[in-house]
Amino acid sequence: MSTSRRIEVNPDWCKGCNVCVAFCPKQVLALDERGKAYVANIDACIWCRECELRCPDLAVTVVVERAS
Amino acid sequence: MNASAQKPDRTRVRFLQGNEVCAEAALYAGMRYFAGYPITPSTEIAERLAERLPQVGGSFMQMEDEIGSICAVIGASLAGTKSMTATSGPGFSLMQEAIGYAVMAEIPCVIVDVQRGGPSTGLPTHASQGDVMQVRYGTHGDHSIVCLTASNHQDLFGIVVDAFNFSEIFRTPAVVLIDEVVGHMREAVDVPAPGELDLTERLLTDVPRDVDYHPYAPREDDRLPMSNFGGVHRYNVTGLVHDMWGFPSEKPTIVNDLIHHLYLKLENRKRMLTRWREWSLDDAEIVLISYGSSARSARHIMENRRSVGVPIGMIELQTLWPFPSELIRARCRNAEYVVVVEMNMGQIVHEVKRAVDRPERVFLSNRVDGEMITPTDIKHLIRVIQGKGV
Amino acid sequence: MAATDFLRKRFMPHIWCPGCGHGIIMRALLTAIEKLDIEKNDIVMASGIGCSARMLGYIDVHTMHTLHGRALAFATGVKMARPDLTVVVPMGDGDALAIGGNHFIHAARRNIDMTAIVMNNSTYGMTGGQYSPTTGCGEYGTTAPYGTVVQPFDTVELATAAGASFIARTTTYHAREMARILADAIRHPGFSVVEVLTQCPTYYGRKNEKGDAVEMMERFRDCAVPVGPLDDNGRATAADVEAADASVETIPIGVFRKEVRAEYCDAYRRQVIEPAVAAASAAADAAGGDR
Ligand SMILES: Cc1ncc(C[n+]2csc(CCOP(=O)(O)OP(=O)(O)O)c2C)c(N)n1
Ligand code: SF4
Ligand code: SF4
Ligand code: SF4
Repeated sequence: MSTSRRIEVNPDWCKGCNVCVAFCPKQVLALDERGKAYVANIDACIWCRECELRCPDLAVTVVVERAS
Repeated sequence: MNASAQKPDRTRVRFLQGNEVCAEAALYAGMRYFAGYPITPSTEIAERLAERLPQVGGSFMQMEDEIGSICAVIGASLAGTKSMTATSGPGFSLMQEAIGYAVMAEIPCVIVDVQRGGPSTGLPTHASQGDVMQVRYGTHGDHSIVCLTASNHQDLFGIVVDAFNFSEIFRTPAVVLIDEVVGHMREAVDVPAPGELDLTERLLTDVPRDVDYHPYAPREDDRLPMSNFGGVHRYNVTGLVHDMWGFPSEKPTIVNDLIHHLYLKLENRKRMLTRWREWSLDDAEIVLISYGSSARSARHIMENRRSVGVPIGMIELQTLWPFPSELIRARCRNAEYVVVVEMNMGQIVHEVKRAVDRPERVFLSNRVDGEMITPTDIKHLIRVIQGKGV
Repeated sequence: MAATDFLRKRFMPHIWCPGCGHGIIMRALLTAIEKLDIEKNDIVMASGIGCSARMLGYIDVHTMHTLHGRALAFATGVKMARPDLTVVVPMGDGDALAIGGNHFIHAARRNIDMTAIVMNNSTYGMTGGQYSPTTGCGEYGTTAPYGTVVQPFDTVELATAAGASFIARTTTYHAREMARILADAIRHPGFSVVEVLTQCPTYYGRKNEKGDAVEMMERFRDCAVPVGPLDDNGRATAADVEAADASVETIPIGVFRKEVRAEYCDAYRRQVIEPAVAAASAAADAAGGDR
C-alpha cells in the first residue's frame, strides 16, 4: 500500500492574503508574481494541514490518496 | 351530512371574548406555534393559547419582545408549522421589519393586531381603528398584504380561518385587524365542527429529492410550491432581492419580476380575497361603508333609518387589504352619498374616494376620543349632509 | 466526505476581503459538521445581516439569511417546530451583541439547543468600520474618530451571566482547535456560545494600525492564554476567570463552561405538552363516557 500526497491551491479562490505562507511551519508555500499562493518546496512539507485550516478562502487542499 | 346535523347545535355555542375567538379559530385552522409578548388589549390571546396549545400538542412561547415573537413565528412556519402572533399598536410597530421579511421571503404567517388608540402608548384600553394604513404601508418597500377584520364573533371565527388559508395559499403574512371593542366584547359563537370550514394546507413541491428545486419560481397562478426546512430540498431564504433559487441578485430584470410578483399575486386576486357583507343596497341613495366594531353602530343606524323609510344601505368590509376598490365602485355607483364610518382621522375613506366615480360625494363619520362611535354620531352626520341640520 | 463537500461551490469564491477571518471560521464550521457526520438535510443555519451573516449563502444546508440581530429569534421558531434539527447561528459581534443583544441573552437564559457563533472582529464590517460593542475603549472606528469612550462587552462573561450552558472562546489563529470546539458546541444539548476572535483587516485593522491579516492573527497567537480544565460542575476555575479579566493583551481561550441543564424544547415537552395532552384526552374520554 502506498500513499500519495500533494497540496492543491485553487487560484480562482486564492486572494493572496499570505496567511498560508506566513503560518506554514516549513516554508513550503509562497506567493507568485500574480499574488497567488503556490507550492514552492513540497519536500519540506510535514502534512500538518495548518495551511488548509487557515486559508480564509478555502483555496488550499491537502490531498491524500491511498492506493493499494 | 344528515338533516339533524345541519341544525345549529346548541351544545357548540360558547360565550367567548373576541380575543378568545381568535385563539380558538387559530387552533381550528391548525395553528400549532404561537410566540408573543403581552400587550393590552391583545393579551388574552396569548393567555388562552398558553393553556390551549399544549393540549393539542402545540407550543406557546413568550418571547423577549414583539420583534422576537414575529421572527420566531416566521422561523417555525418555514419549518412547516402553521404559526401566529398577536399584539397591539406598539408591538405591531416593532414587528414591521420582520413582516417585510415574511413578505419578501414569502413565508406564511398570521398576525393579529388588536388596535388600541395611538400614536405611541396612546389609549391602551380604548377603541380605535388607527392602524389600517400601518398594516398596508408599515414596512418599507413595495408589496401587497392581506388584512381581514370582523365586527362580530361568528364572522371573526371564519375570518381568522380565512387568514390562515390566504397566508398559506399566497405565502404571505396575513393580518387579522380587530379593535379593542371586538377583542374584549363577549358574544355567543357557534363553534364550527371539525371539517365544517375549509382549511387550506400548504402547497408542497412534488419535485423529488436530488432534482433541482426552484423555491422562488412562481407557477402560472403565482403560487410557490414550498419545501419546508428540514425536508429534502436545501435552499437559501433571504430578505435580499433574490433569484428563483433564493440567492441574492441585483439584476434589474430579476428585481423587477420579483417586485411585480409580490404586488400582483394579491392585487390580481381580489375576487378571491374579498370578504364583505351588504344590506339594502338596491335602492340606496345613502351607502354606509364600515368595518370592525364601527360597523355595529353603522348597521344599527342603517336599520333604524330604513325602518322610517330612508333609502339607506350598507357595506361592511371584512377584507381591508388588498382594498376591494372594484366592489366599492360598483356598489356605490347609484349612491347620492357615501359615508365611511371609522374610528380614526380618515383612513379607509381615502381608499373609498379613490375607488368611486364621484369622490366629492364621500364623507367621513368618525370619532377619535377613545369612545365607541355611536349610531347617533352617524345619524348627525347624515343629517348634516342632507342639509337637515343636527 | 470532505469539509468542502458542504460548500455550495458555484457561489465561490466568496465575497469577503483578502485575509478576512470569516472564511477561516466557515472552514472550521464545515470541518466540525463533517466530523459530526450529521445529514445535510438535518441542519438549519440562520444568520442576521453583516459580512459574517453572508456565510450562509455558501453552505449547503437549509439556510435562512434573516434580519440584522434577529437570527436567534428566527432560529428559536425553527427549533420549536422541529426540535430534531441541528441549528447553528453564525453572527457578527454587532449582530449578536448590539441590535441582537436582547435575543442573545434570552436564548441563553432559555438554554434552547442551538449553537451561536459570535464572529467578533471588533467592528461593523459590512457598513464600513464603525465601532461595535466589542471595540476596545480608546480604539477607533469611522464613528469613533477620537476613539471610543466605552468599555467593550466581554462575550464570555455576558453569556455566563445570561445562562448559556456551553461557552467557549477561540481565535482564527487557532483554527484546528476552533473546529474541535465547534463540534463540541454543536453536540452539546443546550445553548452554546462560541466566540471567535477574527480579523477585519480592511476596517478594524487599518483604523487601529493592527497590520494585515497575518499580523492580526499573530497577535491572537501571542496573546492567547488557554484556560485550564473545568471543575466538577463544568465551570472554569477562579484562577482562569481572573485571568480573563487581567488585561486586554491576554486573550483567555478554551472552553469556559460546559454543564448539563434542562434544555428548553425538552423541558417544555415534558413539563407542559405531555401532561396537557394527557389531561385533555382524559377529559375527552370522560365526556365521551357520559353520552
Ligand atoms: C435594522 C438594521 N439596522 C442597520 C443595518 C445596517 N447594518 C448591516 S450589517 C451591520 C453591522 C454589521 O456588523 P457585525 O454584525 O459586527 O458583522 P460584520 O459585518 O462585522 O461581520 C449594520 C449596522 C441593517 N441591515 N438593519
Ligand atoms: S491563505 Fe488562501 S487565500 Fe491566502 S494566500 Fe494562501 S491560498 Fe491564497
Ligand atoms: S501541510 Fe503544513 S507543512 Fe505542508 S504546506 Fe501546509 S502548513 Fe506547510
Ligand atoms: S469588511 Fe472586514 S469583516 Fe467584512 S469582509 Fe472585509 S475584512 Fe471581512
